Amino acid sequence: MSTKDIQEMRQAHEVLAEFDYELGEVEKGYTNRTLYVNLSDNTIASKPVTQQMKDIFTGGKGFGLWLLWNGVTGDTKWNDPENEIVISSGPIGGTTQYPGSGKSLVVSLSPTTHSVIDSNVGGHFGPLLKFAGWDALEIQGKAERDVIVFIDGNAGKVTIEEAPEEAVDTHLIGEQMMEMFAKTDREKRDISTVSAGSGADHTLIGCLNFSWYDVRRKSVRFKQAGRGGIGTVLRDKKIKALVVKYSGRKGVANNPADRKRISKVGSKINKEIRDYDAVQNRMRNVGTPYLVSIMNDYDLLPVYNFRFGSHPEAEKIAGDVWEKRFTQDLPDGCWLGCTMSCSHAVDGYELRTGPYRGQVVIVDGPEYETTAGCGSNCGIFDPDALLEINFYCDTYGIDTISFGTLTAFVMECYEAGILNEEITGGLELSFGNAVAAIELLHQMGRGEGFGLIAGQGIRRVTQIFAQEYGGDPQFMHDIGMEAKGLEYSEYVTKESLAQQGGYGLASKGPQHDEAWLIFMDMVNNQLPTFEDKAEALHYFPMWRTWFGLCGLCKLPWNDIVPPDNAETDEPPKIPEHVQNYVELFSGVTGREVTKEDLITMSETVYNFQRVFNLKMGFGTREHDAIPYRSMGPVTVQEYESRAERYDKQLKELVRDDAEGKTTEEKMAALRAYREEQYEKLIDAVYKRRGWTPNGIPTPETLKRLHIDFPDMVELVRRHIE
Amino acid sequence: MIRVNDKFDVEWQEGMTVNSLLTILKFTFPMIIVSVNGRVVPKSEYGPTRVEDNDEVKVIHLIAGG
Ligand code: SF4
Repeated sequence: MSTKDIQEMRQAHEVLAEFDYELGEVEKGYTNRTLYVNLSDNTIASKPVTQQMKDIFTGGKGFGLWLLWNGVTGDTKWNDPENEIVISSGPIGGTTQYPGSGKSLVVSLSPTTHSVIDSNVGGHFGPLLKFAGWDALEIQGKAERDVIVFIDGNAGKVTIEEAPEEAVDTHLIGEQMMEMFAKTDREKRDISTVSAGSGADHTLIGCLNFSWYDVRRKSVRFKQAGRGGIGTVLRDKKIKALVVKYSGRKGVANNPADRKRISKVGSKINKEIRDYDAVQNRMRNVGTPYLVSIMNDYDLLPVYNFRFGSHPEAEKIAGDVWEKRFTQDLPDGCWLGCTMSCSHAVDGYELRTGPYRGQVVIVDGPEYETTAGCGSNCGIFDPDALLEINFYCDTYGIDTISFGTLTAFVMECYEAGILNEEITGGLELSFGNAVAAIELLHQMGRGEGFGLIAGQGIRRVTQIFAQEYGGDPQFMHDIGMEAKGLEYSEYVTKESLAQQGGYGLASKGPQHDEAWLIFMDMVNNQLPTFEDKAEALHYFPMWRTWFGLCGLCKLPWNDIVPPDNAETDEPPKIPEHVQNYVELFSGVTGREVTKEDLITMSETVYNFQRVFNLKMGFGTREHDAIPYRSMGPVTVQEYESRAERYDKQLKELVRDDAEGKTTEEKMAALRAYREEQYEKLIDAVYKRRGWTPNGIPTPETLKRLHIDFPDMVELVRRHIE
Repeated sequence: MIRVNDKFDVEWQEGMTVNSLLTILKFTFPMIIVSVNGRVVPKSEYGPTRVEDNDEVKVIHLIAGG
């Protein structure tokens, strides 16, 4: 792209609003104010962060939820101007002494769940936003024409600018913004953008791409806030990009209360990663795709729309394959100082299809979720096809997880005869057809054909398939891997009741970032009773929520462990790392905390989010229901593929001798048992969390957590009485 | 018969070791803790450590996930 092109693009901008602000220092992890931008009336304002806000909501997702709660009513729809996108890092975000300390948390009302959604993401936006002077960016309203919002953290200026000439697709606009706002090559490191893409214009499963400049590759890289369609909200607001620039960052830019204290724990974990990653999860060489072969071995890798948990061809898309494709020997972290460096990219990939065919690009990833969701789950075991899908999903601003799970569902509907080529406009969407899957993705990018229908997400397409094509609603409900309107992430849960709850009870929908209990439950047998499972479904979601309040990545918590972890009281919690986080939080904020305090911080925000769901018309027991495919075999073929296992369970658990019964009869008996188990699990978890049997936090729970605000208590009481 | 984690039954075989037991179970996750009759077996000893019939074996996987 020539300098002239960029200049012409810039000249075409019309500045709609300008806001000058005083530059400020970060104090102990906070800037103590948030930036509000309204695209309908072009107002830009600073809002104070009160001590109460910090005490109750901590930061990150907590701040996002609080700002959004105040910005919307129970009647607000995702595409109303009142809906917001809030981006916030959190008090630890921007630290470089401890790995994984640069995440951003994004909160909005979701186009697919219609309730509150949150998504966490790497890249430099959140930390740079903070150094530019803001704990959070809150965007409300809708622009009339395409705009960018530019935050200049050195000049102390925020502008809303009409941007008619820039591209929409991320790999282009990311670079355009970098070229436009960096005066020198060196300044490129000081810029980060948030963008979506043309697929987010035409589907409800749009994702956000957060950028950073990769100094070694001399290129822009991206991480995705994928879940729940926030990219669709961004484009609905007619935002092409949010841009932040801040030059002059230092190692202490987060201005911690006690630098030595955080450096001490930082050095310890960095040494641990250097010494043991190579013999543990090899995150530095392979990253999350190391999980593919492991999940396959444990019958947990989704295959053919979660029907099965393994496939003989899985090795074709497993970690070893990616290790060879990824460019090695480049420390590859999505934030500075992350020694775990699990970001990986395939350099020099020549695109084979679509509008950018023939271009040589960097493909970020693929991560495990993309490989499993768009690969094995769709019966696609071709690495090049996965790179193609990965690249286009990112640049079109489409969530790879929703795309994978959705495409697998569509493929099963196709093979079951609910869909045919006439309906799909000639796409033969059977399992394994990578060409058709890629074309479906391009249709989403172009906004045409069957891609427009499929891009609505599983919950909506199920209705369309039932109403217009006569699909059996019950069958589609059983095999449609979504809950609360969000597509499942990529683990088979049939043999882990605890993880069925981990997905079904997750506030935003079935994403594994709240709890991943499959090994503890299914393999280790450490959670034999409902109470054990409920305790795990209390502790782990609370613990993992905490990362999102602080701007942290959870991978350095449990994808590396100290060598003596096995001898501790509670190895699954990684006690030494929990203590690191106690030190880190206290060291940054100056607020002395215990490990129990960390859980209480999360419990507060977690319950707040549950009540927020209630405010939006959800948040009760019926909304924690899950599809039967995630509990057990829906089809005869599925049952018979693991007949020995299921027959044994019928005999031992259901006390029902499978002898002489048809497969259908055995399936019905197993289903009745498993569905009953799930209900009992929900009862136990609600009780442990201090919720009513209908899943509503009691007024006493709200009081204990100091979130008994009058409107919340009133809302809760209304639903309880 | 060997019962692993009080859940999985594996037919005992002559000469069985921790390594061969893990192979039969397809327990390939790298972050595990193995104990035989209550004694933790270090990874370096999976090969030589014998598993006798009716031994109580635990293979605890540390949680991970994407
Ligand atoms: S562990 Fe990986 S995802 Fe997490 S911050 Fe580091 S590089 Fe980013």
